[in-house]
Amino acid sequence: MSSDHMIYMPDMEIKESDMLDIVLNKTDEYDESKYNDNDVLKALKKENLTPYDFGALLSSAALNHLEEIANRSIKETRRYFGNNIYMFTPLYISNYCENHCIYCGFNCNNNIKRAKLNYTEIEKEMYEISKTGLQEILLLTGESRKMSDVSYIGEAVKLAKKFFKTIGIEVYPMNSDEYEYLHKCGVDYVTVFQETYNADKYKTLHLSGHKRVFPYRFYSQERALEGKMRGVGFAALLGLYDFRKDAFATGLHAYLIQRRFPHAEIAFSCPRLRPAANNDKIKYNEVTETQLLQTVMAYRIFMPYANITISTRECQRVRDNIIKIAATKISAGVDVGIGGHGNNNAKGDEQFEISDTRNVKEVYDAIIKQGLQPVMSDYIYV
Amino acid sequence: MLNNDKLIIGGHEFDSRFILGSGKYSLDLIKAAIESAKAEIITLALRRAATGNIANILDYIPKGITILPNTSGARNADEAVRIARLSREIGCGDFVKIEVIRDSKYLLPDNYETTKAVEILAKENFIVMPYMYPDLNAARDMQNAGAAAIMPLGAPIGSNKGLCTKEFIKILIDEINLPIIIDAGIGAPSQACEAMEMGAAAVMANTAIATSGDIVLMASAFKKAIEAGREAYISGLGRIIDKAEASSPLTGFLHE
Repeated sequence: MSSDHMIYMPDMEIKESDMLDIVLNKTDEYDESKYNDNDVLKALKKENLTPYDFGALLSSAALNHLEEIANRSIKETRRYFGNNIYMFTPLYISNYCENHCIYCGFNCNNNIKRAKLNYTEIEKEMYEISKTGLQEILLLTGESRKMSDVSYIGEAVKLAKKFFKTIGIEVYPMNSDEYEYLHKCGVDYVTVFQETYNADKYKTLHLSGHKRVFPYRFYSQERALEGKMRGVGFAALLGLYDFRKDAFATGLHAYLIQRRFPHAEIAFSCPRLRPAANNDKIKYNEVTETQLLQTVMAYRIFMPYANITISTRECQRVRDNIIKIAATKISAGVDVGIGGHGNNNAKGDEQFEISDTRNVKEVYDAIIKQGLQPVMSDYIYV
Repeated sequence: MLNNDKLIIGGHEFDSRFILGSGKYSLDLIKAAIESAKAEIITLALRRAATGNIANILDYIPKGITILPNTSGARNADEAVRIARLSREIGCGDFVKIEVIRDSKYLLPDNYETTKAVEILAKENFIVMPYMYPDLNAARDMQNAGAAAIMPLGAPIGSNKGLCTKEFIKILIDEINLPIIIDAGIGAPSQACEAMEMGAAAVMANTAIATSGDIVLMASAFKKAIEAGREAYISGLGRIIDKAEASSPLTGFLHE
């Protein structure tokens, strides 16, 4: 019998906050079919959009105004970021996982090749990556506290400091004192995907493990900021549930966090569900390219100062065009397996299939070719 | 251009009153923009001054230009001080523009923390130029703490909204014995010109140029506007007649 997904497990820090209820209730009330063309145009005319206006940009009615939305989106992007596009690469250091999430390639019941890099191997990977000129790295693990505990991640971060200026993590949610420890090691950015903000759907997708606990995951960004992190990233895995509701909830969540922590740097990722090892078991709602673009532009106009990352799940054509309009961050030279950079043979299997396989130089040149400026780091650790 | 009309900051003399930003546009346009702007000072976010060998902004700034590193990214005085010291260490000189921001939405400066940083850095012989919200009391504190110039915002960074804070900047120009350099929000050459007509010592612009259709041409347009505004200020603007004057004096009856 599965545990209650709304009840914290022992050792999980409990947050006394009403933010979860606000996000879930407002998302529940959000009815995209009630918006008409006029609502969309009104939203586009406003300088500062309310969550209601954000809902308009995500609605079906907005599809009639994509070009106008794109024009506003590009204006906001240029105003806040100029033509800068930030480059980074993810580094997977372990793919052991204790969660059973039915759509994920790393899920603990999947029969995939598991691996964890030792410190020598991590350093070797980092050295190889740094030779490409990248100065920002995102460290990832599967969600296993047993196989990749906080001190293991901390040591990896200390190694990363030798090679990179900016370090982010995308690992299992943890308590604020653990975030604070990792911040001291050198991390400043924490991304946690909520996957879906519909708690009932969430329950049916995350069958066991720590990840099953919906509120603990939801409050990750708050705990990270209380742990002195500089910025936090948000995402729903679009396609798991009604993508409009999930995108609305993601934006609202980020909006409320920014109001509570005005100094926090906000970031969005916009992954669409893609084929992964064994995820043919689930049915998902395909999110089209048009809908993806609509979502990214809605994030941009609602929170123009947020960084938006466009995933390697997307193909070259989509990525190169979205960085012109709304996204500000792009990965390159991506390997989502374990040990594929400096340790000749990949030791562990990949989390999902990537579509854009270009190396750093190729992405760099593509950015320049579009009249944009690649930036390796815009960050100083003090 | 006027002879002997120098901008003096911390004992250094400049002919140009246009401080150019280096962010938000392509690195290979920086040199042409500087030349077109005839700028002698260029700002640089120290956090962009990477040590790496790809896209390192320092490689794109011509020799002989004064670099004005800023402390963007600092959220308090302590971080600003550490960034300034790092800037001196890596050879960016003694000039520093203090930016302390702990608001990711509007990017408004924190005057209180900024003043604290000015005090510490001035004692370490930096030429300190604080970016600030135009508040007279804060500007006085910064002056007393050893600032070399005061850089009030015209409008939020990047907003291109112009001189929204005009009345308060006028007060600073009247009351503070330091160059007042309008820093953020200037969106068009006409606004830069207006700031100079009011008596601002210089104008700094970045987004207005970076987001224009032709960066090099817009840099030139700003240069001309700033020079025009300066010449108008020095000439003394003519009087503004705001209503028709009566043909016979209202007090004429006293002499009847």
